[in-house]
Amino acid sequence: MNKNKYLKAYYDDDGLLIKGLKSLKKEGVEILDVLTPFPVHDIDKILGYRRSWIARVGFIGGAVGAVIGFGFQVWVFTVDYPLNIGGKPFLAVPSFIPVTFEMTVLCAAFAMVFAFLIRSKIGPGAEPFIHDERSTDDRFLILVGVGKNATEETVSELKNKISNTGAQGIVLKDDVELSKNY
Amino acid sequence: MYVSPVRELLIKGDKNYKKVTNDITKPIVNKPGKLWFLGVSVTSLAAIIGLFAMFITVRDGIGMWGVNKTVGWGWSITNLVWWIGIGHAGTFISAILLLFRQKWRTSINRSAEAMTIFAVMCAGIFPLIHMGRLPLGYFILPYPSTRQLWVNFNSPLLWDVFAISTYFLVSLLFWYMGLLPDIATLRDNVKNKILKPVYKFLSFGWTGSVRHWSRHESMSLILAGLAAPLVLSVHSIVSFDFATSIIPGWHTTIFPPYFVSGAIFSGFAMVLTLMIVARKTMNLTEYITVGHIESMNKIIITTGSIVGIAYITELFMAWYSGVIYERFTFYNRALGPYAWAYWIMMTCNVISPQLLWIRKLRRSILFTFILSIFINIGMWFERFVIVVTSLHRDYLPSSWQMYKPTLTEIAIFAGSLGIFFTLFLLFIRFFPVIAIAEVKSILKSSGEKQVNITQNLLENE
Repeated sequence: MNKNKYLKAYYDDDGLLIKGLKSLKKEGVEILDVLTPFPVHDIDKILGYRRSWIARVGFIGGAVGAVIGFGFQVWVFTVDYPLNIGGKPFLAVPSFIPVTFEMTVLCAAFAMVFAFLIRSKIGPGAEPFIHDERSTDDRFLILVGVGKNATEETVSELKNKISNTGAQGIVLKDDVELSKNY
Repeated sequence: MYVSPVRELLIKGDKNYKKVTNDITKPIVNKPGKLWFLGVSVTSLAAIIGLFAMFITVRDGIGMWGVNKTVGWGWSITNLVWWIGIGHAGTFISAILLLFRQKWRTSINRSAEAMTIFAVMCAGIFPLIHMGRLPLGYFILPYPSTRQLWVNFNSPLLWDVFAISTYFLVSLLFWYMGLLPDIATLRDNVKNKILKPVYKFLSFGWTGSVRHWSRHESMSLILAGLAAPLVLSVHSIVSFDFATSIIPGWHTTIFPPYFVSGAIFSGFAMVLTLMIVARKTMNLTEYITVGHIESMNKIIITTGSIVGIAYITELFMAWYSGVIYERFTFYNRALGPYAWAYWIMMTCNVISPQLLWIRKLRRSILFTFILSIFINIGMWFERFVIVVTSLHRDYLPSSWQMYKPTLTEIAIFAGSLGIFFTLFLLFIRFFPVIAIAEVKSILKSSGEKQVNITQNLLENE
């Protein structure tokens, strides 16, 4: 067994999944991924994932949008082509606000969505490996790392640990470059 | 999880995750019925007639319309504001109600967002063809041209360009990102050989990994936070088109809040019209319950009352300001040649929603359906009254004119309805009308079966 292998199992209830994950984590089992049909809260905390940076990306995007939006209008009306409109001031800050606001929202939204897609490695044409078609339906899938040097005994021990938490359909799978999915 | 008995359960019947998937994807997996084909043929016929009328307008010019030098904004701008208003409910439901943690939104948000996008598309048609020279529509964008002149950033008409296109794009992103998990569900459930690869492409490779969900959740929350002020800004900016002018009846500071609440009012009416039909024909009555309809009716009564107060405030201010032109405009609205439109508006928008204070009517599906159509009509007339009555008799009596739409204008409006309903029918045929993943996430706290089980457990303890 020199190839990377992993175990696949599923729960049919989200409450069971959370309990199972907690106890597996306590026992030091390596959990590669959890696939759920809907957002189950607290899993990311149990698995110890860091909070997403997407909010900061959104903030930066919004700031860039605001500066570009406001700066462009100022440049156009004071430097490039000052235009006398009904005797109003060239640098009419209040009337630049609507466009600045819209640009802020637009850039923040696009920045976040692109960051989300790129970071998650999804997007048009992405072809991830689908472990179980029912993981978008009613199954809560967990993928457990086995480790390179695992013997058959350690694998069956791991299988027992997982099935004790109420998981079903535990199977050993060959590595399919799991990292491709994230 | 304890659920207060006061709260109405949101999902009726004996449901589990599998059943939720099956119930909502059924209309997509199965072949469409005759009713759907009939609907699509009627709406696409209307769309074709409308597109032909637009072609006539672009070929022969604005002379094909009834607008004249006095009333330059006729049905076209009325329709623009009406459609934009309808487009406000979707993002209101999915953004503002998400921030307020209203669980009942999960059954209606997806279709309301779709409705928003289609309504904004229909709205976008009108200012473009109203320019008369459609191929030169790109002149409204600030780009370096040989004319050297930039667009006027002081003009609300330009703010509108930015507001409406931003609103469209952000709503589209929000809708599509929310749709990703559900498209993945379709990819895994549809057997059709042509559709499966299409859903596979459209699902962007969504697998439901917890890492993706975690990012998706924080992104949705912040997008909602951004979209919430956006919803409020868009119709405010549309109202600036009127409010920053010096036309009597338009030049008022009340316009932005008045327009925004009117927009949400009309948007919810359209959501109700569509959903009452969809829940029945698509067997989704256990997901879109009478409770959902009642919740929407409560928003209608709130926004409808704000609109009513705004109408009365306007009337009062016209009298109290002492400005003779302002007074005359409102006198002319209520008693002049367009008084019929004014009174249709008043009846539909001010009086009829007040009936919803009666609980029985609020929970009556037939009544709500009829009322929602009344509101749609009333809100169209509101915009008609604002646009036409203020213009047709302004400062100089020698330029007073009457305005009547031509057949071309009527056909374009009918065509926009056709385009809207065709797109909506296509949407419900190929995409889930209800957010599958979101409904599943509230099943344990708001599903009838699940809550009954937990309540029995609590009682036995």
